[in-house]
Amino acid sequence: MQTFTYYPGCTLRTKAKDLDAYARSSAEALGIALVEPENWQCCGGAYTTATNEPATKLSAVRTLMSAKDSEGLVTVCSACHNVIKQTNYDISRNQAMANKVKLYLGLDEAYTGETTVYHYLELLRDVVGFDNLKSKVIKPFKDKKIAAYYGCLLLRPSKALAMDDPENPSIMEDFIRAIGGTPVIYAQRNECCGGYITMEDKEQAHKRSNAVMDSAQSMGADMIITACPLCLYNLKKNSGSDMPVYYFTELLAEALGLKEVANE
Amino acid sequence: MNKNQKEWIDITSGVNVCKCMRCGKCSATCPSYDEMEYHPHQFVYMVEKGNIEPLLNSDSLYKCLTCFACVERCPRGVEPAKVVEAVRLTAIRKQGNNHLIPDQIPEMLDDDLPQQAIVTAFRKYTK
Repeated sequence: MQTFTYYPGCTLRTKAKDLDAYARSSAEALGIALVEPENWQCCGGAYTTATNEPATKLSAVRTLMSAKDSEGLVTVCSACHNVIKQTNYDISRNQAMANKVKLYLGLDEAYTGETTVYHYLELLRDVVGFDNLKSKVIKPFKDKKIAAYYGCLLLRPSKALAMDDPENPSIMEDFIRAIGGTPVIYAQRNECCGGYITMEDKEQAHKRSNAVMDSAQSMGADMIITACPLCLYNLKKNSGSDMPVYYFTELLAEALGLKEVANE
Repeated sequence: MNKNQKEWIDITSGVNVCKCMRCGKCSATCPSYDEMEYHPHQFVYMVEKGNIEPLLNSDSLYKCLTCFACVERCPRGVEPAKVVEAVRLTAIRKQGNNHLIPDQIPEMLDDDLPQQAIVTAFRKYTK
């Protein structure tokens, strides 16, 4: 069994418990051990691109360092993934930033991006393998048209995230095929849902999330899947659409026959 | 024109605004375009010209969703979101200029709002 360090992040402990629970149970069934580091901190939710904001990078660096000796760091939430991956990318290329962080944290040696970071979808693609996953599916999503919603955080900036083609991605569609569903390609799949603007501008959040749901539905989707708690919130609560929205891990667990077990 | 302020914004963003060729793709792809008084391409141009004061006082600073669409799609690698961020930081780093304060949070909450939204908003709007 391969062992990875697993970073859930703040929201998976509270409002997105499903995203977390199904990720854990599915990993176990697929022969992957996920070990949570002790005393992890919130990633901050958004990456600060400013060159002179080292303090905003510290919690991500702590998380990255906690995984230095494992096979890699696994994230599920798109926002955590984005922050941690961008931090890792920048600190591996910016010696001055690495030194500042070293001084802040009182490290013996600077951390310079040694940890490999996997989003859970990358774990499925690159470690488990979609063909292997397919062979373990007990309840395929036969005849289900599923729209993959990438949003912004999984793919961009592609230099740092390096998950997939930022304009024509396929990782979530390949996941949908592996669990027996039919992927639906639609224009808004990598456009923003409105994100945190829901806090102060419901109208804009509605406009953005409705555009995504409309676009997916117009291409014949039965449901939409996401990896991001804030996307799920916007698509469900602000879009005005009644098309079902699920975390991709929920469909994964269901396909692996684990959903009923988790609910018992 | 406040030269120090422009220099500081250039340092903070790490962006060379002079690379912009004014194609407008950043604004064309911006999900907040309709909500903005100044659009991403204007941030780049106005910072280049040192015309920063209007940006510092505009609500447009708080409309950027950090979706990185402009960063990804700029054909010249200018990365306009980093310019918006640098101007926003210049505004909120001033004491008393936080755009969001904790007392405002309770009325924004509902049963489903993820923590992620709150921490992200604080990181973007508050110093």
